[in-house]
Amino acid sequence: MPWVLVLPAVLGLAFLVLPLAGLLIRAPWSTLGTRLGEPQVLEALRLSLVTSTLATALCLVLGVPLAWVLARTGFPGRGLVRALVTVPLVLPPVVGGVALLLVLGRRGIVGRWLESAFGVSLPFTTAGVVLAEAFVAMPFLVISVEGALRGADPRYEEAAATLGASRWTIFRRVTLPMVAPGIAAGAILCWARALGEFGATITFAGNFPGRTQTMPLAVYLALETDPEAAIVLSLVLLTVSVVILAALRDRWVSTP
Amino acid sequence: MVRHLTAVLAAITLALGAAGCGDTGGDDPADRTLTVFAAASLTETFTELGKTFEKAHPGVRVRFSFGGSSTLAQQIVQGAPVDVFAAASPATMRPVSDERLTADAPRTFARNRLVIAVPPGDPAKIRTLRDLAGRELKVVLCAPQVPCGAAAEKALDVAGVKVTPVSQEQDVKAVLTKVRLGEADAGLVYRTDVRAAGGQVEGVEFPESAEAINDYPIAALAKAPQPGLAGEFVDLVLSAQGRAVLTRAGFESA
Amino acid sequence: MTVLDAHLTVRRRDFRLDLPLTAAAGEVVALLGPNGAGKTTALRALAGLLPLDGGHIRLDGEPIGALPAERRPVGVVFQDYLLFPHLSALENVAFGPRCQGVPRRAARERAAGWLERVGLGEHLAKKPRALSGGQAQRVALARALVTEPRLLLLDEPLAALDAHTRLEIRSALRRHLAGFAGATILVTHDPLDAMVLADRLVVVEQGRMVQEGPPAEVARHPRTDYVARLVGLNLYRGRAHGHTVTLEGDKGPVRFDATEALEGEVFVAFAPSAVALYRTRPDGSPRNRWRARVETIERHGDRIRVGLSGPLPAAADVTPGAVAELGLAEGSEVWAVLKAAETHAYPA
Repeated sequence: MPWVLVLPAVLGLAFLVLPLAGLLIRAPWSTLGTRLGEPQVLEALRLSLVTSTLATALCLVLGVPLAWVLARTGFPGRGLVRALVTVPLVLPPVVGGVALLLVLGRRGIVGRWLESAFGVSLPFTTAGVVLAEAFVAMPFLVISVEGALRGADPRYEEAAATLGASRWTIFRRVTLPMVAPGIAAGAILCWARALGEFGATITFAGNFPGRTQTMPLAVYLALETDPEAAIVLSLVLLTVSVVILAALRDRWVSTP
Repeated sequence: MVRHLTAVLAAITLALGAAGCGDTGGDDPADRTLTVFAAASLTETFTELGKTFEKAHPGVRVRFSFGGSSTLAQQIVQGAPVDVFAAASPATMRPVSDERLTADAPRTFARNRLVIAVPPGDPAKIRTLRDLAGRELKVVLCAPQVPCGAAAEKALDVAGVKVTPVSQEQDVKAVLTKVRLGEADAGLVYRTDVRAAGGQVEGVEFPESAEAINDYPIAALAKAPQPGLAGEFVDLVLSAQGRAVLTRAGFESA
Repeated sequence: MTVLDAHLTVRRRDFRLDLPLTAAAGEVVALLGPNGAGKTTALRALAGLLPLDGGHIRLDGEPIGALPAERRPVGVVFQDYLLFPHLSALENVAFGPRCQGVPRRAARERAAGWLERVGLGEHLAKKPRALSGGQAQRVALARALVTEPRLLLLDEPLAALDAHTRLEIRSALRRHLAGFAGATILVTHDPLDAMVLADRLVVVEQGRMVQEGPPAEVARHPRTDYVARLVGLNLYRGRAHGHTVTLEGDKGPVRFDATEALEGEVFVAFAPSAVALYRTRPDGSPRNRWRARVETIERHGDRIRVGLSGPLPAAADVTPGAVAELGLAEGSEVWAVLKAAETHAYPA
């Protein structure tokens, strides 16, 4: 065994896992049962799961075609577009939230029109949470799917064309199934990122229990007055996400 | 022990500096730094007081960390090397004083009063707390877990008004931002926040705010790296000069 | 009846394909050429996967050169088959009919019929990775033929197979091609595949057609070194005067007697087996006889191929017994004698 690799690997793992252990050690185990039963916890958890799943769906609908355009078409400025796609990765999420307000808010460029034309107002709504999460999480999906598309052999698409398939049919029946593992991996990353989203959500959608207060928001606010409650909430979030991610990974990503 | 050693070292360097230059008034080579943790709502006033303090103490740098009071309190409890802590409420000072981490009992140096923040021109015609209820208004408050949210809850209780906010924000600046951007029609914030926002929001005073006045406590910390300076900074904040700065920003004197 | 009438012009940075190509109904035309000659480029252009820079493609008189790939009545069997890995054999074959709007059920029936025809009736549900190379090749063929194309394109259809399977699949392919009513273009660099499968060879070198004709004709009368090497003949260019051909050898002219009487520029071709080697100068006519030096000795089936240098670089096939008898080794000096009856001259 090359210790040069094993030692840093073990340290790296410890670095990632020890904070988790810290949470476990400090968790108020005696009162855990009653705390978990509190309706706010379940409400926040339900909202988190619903919004991150919807955000992932939105990212799939918009992100997969975007990844396809980036991977399979050549247009001037593609490098710039690719860089722009990754902006939410580096933008502090709070700034992302403000930016969303400036565009989709009541006085925003698009939001103003949405409100006057359809009476739709996104801030402070669950839909707003979904948008904020999707904004932050979409780059994970796009990057992952674009990588998968680049790795896929385009000659299969050519073969499909010679069999009479239109571009859309090729995309649907050949390209998509072939990059399915990449899409699944991207969707899982995207979902996990959406689940943990805090800054953009609280800035764009605000915080109201049952409507926009997701788990990370509940954790943050609990931290103000009741750190133990925050630990409990975090443990719930961790457990749920670890269970789901482990299950999905085995099912979709590991199998070739 | 360590503190003694630092004091000795400081004394030696001071002496050397004095011997070398002969002029102790100009540049003090000790280069001492005073670290102050203060509530976010104190950003403008304490920055100004910090400059005053530096002017009066050549060679001393005042470093601030502004943030949510409870976050700052937790950092202090976890051992952050801090000289002075100024919190936005007694409740957020309590974890620090409970752990006997303050040098003396915390002293109230300012009070802040809630006002209704509305967009310029008050388009929704809000005059009283009652105007916030029962209408198709988008009202944002602080979350009840943070001091401004607790104060807002109390004021609304006293007024007997039930308000369903569209959001409970994580801090008062977030409430202000929502009003400033026009996303909310009204929000309850501190008077000082409206003052600091310039003309971008207007404040509507309401009598019930007297029942929910927030006291700001300050204390030098027991483990302050600069105990002398820490005491002097607290004195400056409590002095007439300090009060003048705070009053100008919209605080009420303690 | 001419099905395919094409003139393919494709320009790349340092390469230019300029190839006239025709094929009649039921005809199998093999595009034969070395790597990089432009065979696959020609195929891709015909399939619509590469735009033409000039020329035309007509199928049954209809111009299709500007149509996208999916609207050309062209079927393709790709070199490594490119069966869709996520679809079963049946679904792979049904893919084309589905794209043409055939209802799912009917498409599957047609696909199953074709798989039956290529002998894979038992493997309908298998995914490509569960198929052997030969089976995959047949699925690919069925997939290309099920849409009833007018033109079938085969890109190195046997290259991915091992020697044994290759033999089997080659004869099966020959049978299926014989049953196909449209025109077939077969790309290969293997002369044997070309000879067995094709009615006509088109030899391409550096983007141009260098020779064309029925396999037997091309095999007997190669016109380039590449073709000569492929068919295993020694090839020279010279001038004929009656039965006498004068070749410009490396060390001055060499004279030959040929079977044919011709005048002017000619090619002279003979098989390595037409060359006999002697240790000492043989008696008889000085024609068809020269002194050579052994450069290489290699096994070639049950014969030994001897590479000769001298006035005429040539290959000679001898028996292992002869090698021993003559004491041949690299560097040996020998006399080479050519049988006039096996030396063919034809106009250049």
